[in-house]
Amino acid sequence: MFQLKEKLLSSFIAFENQKDIDSYVHGIRTKAIKNFEKEGFPTKKLENWKYTSLKKTLNHDYKLFPTTTEALEFKDIKDFLIDDIESYKIIFVDGKYCSHLSETTHDGMDICILSSALSQSKYDLVIENYFDKISKKDGITCLNTAFSSEGSYIHIPKNVQVDKPIQVIYFSTGKNESVLHQPRNLIVVDENSQVEIIERHQSLSNNRILVNSVSEIYCNQRSIVQHYKIQDDNRNASLIDNTFVSQQGNSDYTLHTFSFGGELTRNNLSIFQNGERIESTIKGITIIGENQHVDHNTLIHHKKPNCNSYQDYKGIFGENSVGVFNGQVLVEKEAQKTNAFQANNNVLISDKATINTKPQLEIFADDVKCSHGCTVGQLDKNALFYLRSRGIPEKEATALLMYGFANKVLSSVNIPEVKTRVNNIIAKKLGVKIGFDI
Amino acid sequence: MLKIKNLHAQVEDKDILKGIDLEIKAGEIHAIMGPNGSGKSTLASVITGKEEYEMTEGKILFDDEDLDEVSPEERAHKGIFMSFQYPIEIPGITTTNFIKTAINETRKARGENDMPAKDMLKMLREKCDLLDIDQKFLSRSINDGFSGGEKKRNEIFQMAMLEPKLAILDETDSGLDIDALKIVANGVNKLKSEDNAVLVITHYQRLLDHIVPDYVHVLFDGKIVKSGGKELAFELEKKGYDWIKEEIK
Repeated sequence: MFQLKEKLLSSFIAFENQKDIDSYVHGIRTKAIKNFEKEGFPTKKLENWKYTSLKKTLNHDYKLFPTTTEALEFKDIKDFLIDDIESYKIIFVDGKYCSHLSETTHDGMDICILSSALSQSKYDLVIENYFDKISKKDGITCLNTAFSSEGSYIHIPKNVQVDKPIQVIYFSTGKNESVLHQPRNLIVVDENSQVEIIERHQSLSNNRILVNSVSEIYCNQRSIVQHYKIQDDNRNASLIDNTFVSQQGNSDYTLHTFSFGGELTRNNLSIFQNGERIESTIKGITIIGENQHVDHNTLIHHKKPNCNSYQDYKGIFGENSVGVFNGQVLVEKEAQKTNAFQANNNVLISDKATINTKPQLEIFADDVKCSHGCTVGQLDKNALFYLRSRGIPEKEATALLMYGFANKVLSSVNIPEVKTRVNNIIAKKLGVKIGFDI
Repeated sequence: MLKIKNLHAQVEDKDILKGIDLEIKAGEIHAIMGPNGSGKSTLASVITGKEEYEMTEGKILFDDEDLDEVSPEERAHKGIFMSFQYPIEIPGITTTNFIKTAINETRKARGENDMPAKDMLKMLREKCDLLDIDQKFLSRSINDGFSGGEKKRNEIFQMAMLEPKLAILDETDSGLDIDALKIVANGVNKLKSEDNAVLVITHYQRLLDHIVPDYVHVLFDGKIVKSGGKELAFELEKKGYDWIKEEIK
């Protein structure tokens, strides 16, 4: 087996020497690489990784810093943008910021890139207060921290409603080389502010790509953050997405994760509720086939009283695909009057597809309402006959039923163009030309 | 239009239909009555092509074409429609989306273009009026949380939209109160023409007061044991099914 870990460790010094070794993050990176050296990549021996093996994914000689890159024009990336709305855009190509495709701002807020935030002293305070404060100290996250140098940097000061959504997209091009990308996002939304973020990782070649992404999101008091992840990458691309969200009192965070593509996708999502009257909503639609593998590993940590959390993940699994849902809800003793709901519903449309679903509720408070439900089933034959008896062919009828099954998740998407885009991806994924919109 | 010859059918290896002959011509209304378990709903399901029902003998011809091996959707494209005894609830798909897809897939199968959106809207509105349906219900999921009566009305609404040649009403009257029954029957009568036909399956006479049949057939133990005019329905209502059982002994 190829020794990716050794390669990473030996590359670290050269990488770090190019950076400012007196900076605040230098200490963080150095600590992180030591942690990674100790922890290494996760294996199936870890309870949290029981159903997802990285072994095959890691067994490639990934370039850590892409050597080739292609100049992209708008037409090359149009299909992967939500291009019919006004938006801020932070676009990266092969790990490097691409200014001519982006639309950033420093006007009353910072919607820009992490490398400049890390190198300019005016951002020091934000970096020192927020960078690497909530990210987990496991091997995979520490690996990202050690090499973190680029990504989106979004800081919305208090009382600002960001006028249009922000799209953060990472493209990889490259010719004939396998690449490991490690983007890092830092998003800080101050009191009473509101923002919508759409995130995507997209390979434009058939090269083997592994993305190990870390996002830290801070929702300060009374802020509202709506976050969308569109995961529809090429079959040779794999993604480990580590997202950490810290919420203060009265804040509202909503995430929709749409997982359709990629070879292996692992979503590590942790939400920490640090105040009262917090709303956390996380939803997902997964539709995969072939040998695809999608794993949702979620944690909602209720620390304070009077908070709500709502999870709704739907999955449709065809051919030899594998799905994993591991949803942990932790309610601390202090977190009385917690209202936590979790649902994970799955449809297997092939005898060879697998779903591993595991709700994990740990409740230490005595006055709470927590519910969870997991289902695994097949499509309803009677419903299928009903649709066919009205003249809808079997393939289209099957697609309609699958769409109907997943549709509840889409109802809370607030940007119509995102909904339309996801509808189109679903129709394409299900191989039908019917429209799902009303 | 529909010719059924010596039809035998099974469900899970159990013989249900044991030799049915029936001919329905354009412009006619036929009623099939019979006690529980006589095979009425099985007959409807076999005509519409439900896969769990296996034809073991005989033939079903629709416009002189053998329906053996013809899929349910193709039967729909040829103009066969069944109003379900128990309409299925399908959350997540709106009635509009469903009916639009059904109409356009049917048109596609017939080599026609999609119905223009304007015409579709107009038709939706007209048919809602015909069946006294609030248009808001179109944006609700199919039958999701509908009352029994609403579901049955939705079936006839779909029939009105799809304009079939042969409409099979499988116990459409069950679950309807008398007002809803009148609205549904009135809808069916308005859609009736010289070019189409209706097959009403029912236990009771009461629907036949409103949708008046030309022929009434009594199904018993998988066979049609008696046929007659509409007066046969009155007789059944009065005497029950026992005298027929006696008669065939």
